[in-house]
Amino acid sequence: MNALIQAEALTINRPDSAITVLDRVDFRISPGEIVTVVGPNGSGKSSLVRALLGHMPLAGGRVARRAGLRIGYVPQKVHVDTAIPMNVRRFLSLPRRVSDAEAEAALARTGVPGLGRRPLTQLSGGQFQRVLLARALLADPHLLVLDEPTQGLDQPGIVAFYQLIEEVRRQTGAAVLMVSHDLLVVMRSSDRVICLNGHVCCEGTPEHVSNAPEYRALFGAEAQGMLALYRHHHDHDHDGTVSGHVHGPGCDHDHGHA
Amino acid sequence: MLDDFFTRAILAGLGLALVAGPLGCFVVWRRMAYFGDSTAHAAILGVALALAFDISIYAGTLAVAVVMAVTVAALVSRGQAMDTMLGVLSHSALAFGLVAISFVPGARSDLSGYLFGDILAVGRSDLVLIWGGAALVLAVLMIRWQRLLTSSLNEELAMAVGIDPRVERLVLSLALAVVVALAIRVVGSLLISAMLIVPAAAARGWAGSPERMAAGAASIAAASVGLGLWTSLRLDSPAGPTIVTVAAIFFVASQILRRH
Ligand SMILES: Nc1ncnc2c1ncn2[C@@H]1O[C@H](COP(=O)(O)OP(=O)(O)OP(=O)(O)O)[C@@H](O)[C@H]1O
Ligand SMILES: [Mg+2]
Repeated sequence: MNALIQAEALTINRPDSAITVLDRVDFRISPGEIVTVVGPNGSGKSSLVRALLGHMPLAGGRVARRAGLRIGYVPQKVHVDTAIPMNVRRFLSLPRRVSDAEAEAALARTGVPGLGRRPLTQLSGGQFQRVLLARALLADPHLLVLDEPTQGLDQPGIVAFYQLIEEVRRQTGAAVLMVSHDLLVVMRSSDRVICLNGHVCCEGTPEHVSNAPEYRALFGAEAQGMLALYRHHHDHDHDGTVSGHVHGPGCDHDHGHA
Repeated sequence: MLDDFFTRAILAGLGLALVAGPLGCFVVWRRMAYFGDSTAHAAILGVALALAFDISIYAGTLAVAVVMAVTVAALVSRGQAMDTMLGVLSHSALAFGLVAISFVPGARSDLSGYLFGDILAVGRSDLVLIWGGAALVLAVLMIRWQRLLTSSLNEELAMAVGIDPRVERLVLSLALAVVVALAIRVVGSLLISAMLIVPAAAARGWAGSPERMAAGAASIAAASVGLGLWTSLRLDSPAGPTIVTVAAIFFVASQILRRH
């Protein structure tokens, strides 16, 4: 198997219920690839990521991860209890102990040098996000899985972040699976984009996706910006929708969520 | 030297303190205080069963504590509203145990010994069990330290590196059951959770790392045992409660000193 992770007909229900969150999603990520998942809030992006990592039970379908796959994961939300005295340096050594030099290099790389002695619970949102990324990089991953990694980052931070991701891929050959709302940047820095809304609405190269009617229907305003960016002229009409969400041909199944 | 009841008491208390400190840190970190309570209170039921079937008190309390710990751990995994559930379990376990023990002939008179411990009556075989059990639990905690810590900090981050949080939770539950069984002679059922939580809470204020907090909790627990036993001899107060009182004083001191 060449793919790092491959999933077929992945179906997920909401915990303890029969309400479908994700319906028959096929997915595949190859070494060195940058894949970004976009979609509105509640569309099942985080659920997809967690199912691919094996963190949540499947209601149907299959997920195969390459044997010995090392994953660096930055979840969307990481709650750390103040009851545990834990500074950044110690955190970077969980669960694999790393040397001081490695730790400091990782922090410098993600733009927070010298933060090692700061307690985890006394970091700002953006600082914490960078520390999480540093820890993910220290795992020397084959695959980086980042769920909204730029939340809380300042504007230059976001730009620097995507540069860093591409740099990491260049240097280590790691693949990147990312969830993001930064549509403009996503389109510039991904190899493949998956547009999700309870199922895969459309997927493919950024050019293909930004031109797809399903994508435009989901992200009206911003999609316009994308169009300007890519100078695609569009001949679809998407003003007449009632639900605020239309499907293209081949995307005509209903959603499991209200 | 072991012929002296006071020496045996000190040794038993120290053995318990060394393991209760670090294990208590996990109880504090994971906010499992009520979890400790329910397991400890269930131990009284174990005492009743042990007396009724004429088996060792340690075996009886261990068995019931294990059942309770595993039940509670399973409930926690299912994410139920735990506060109320644990409160119900904890207090019913105690009430059940007290009722059960009242049916065992002759046990009623020893009741306070099981509720508050009878450290001055510790014998040589108790010492062997306490130190053996404590060493076992400490070894498990040390070997699994990084995994336990990662999974206590954040379960999603743990899962991403292949740690199963359910396994770590079970390990901690079983360790807790063992320590509860060991502690029944030393501080008794009602004060076991105090020995777990109070020293760890006192150490929290000072500690900059999980390791220092664990070591600090063990030291504070050990100091409480020493000072508490000495005080109980001088004042002729009950040993178990006096030990916990000293630990509580350490806690208050740590809170006051922390602010300045
Ligand atoms: N712990 C949970 N319990 C019950 N339902 C949940 C839980 N987590 C997510 N859901 C439901 O699953 C659906 C998908 O959620 P998910 O977190 O995957 O969305 P998302 O695309 O990541 O959204 P966002 O952009 O807000 O992060 C939502 O309808 C949500 O209500
Ligand atoms: Mg999400």
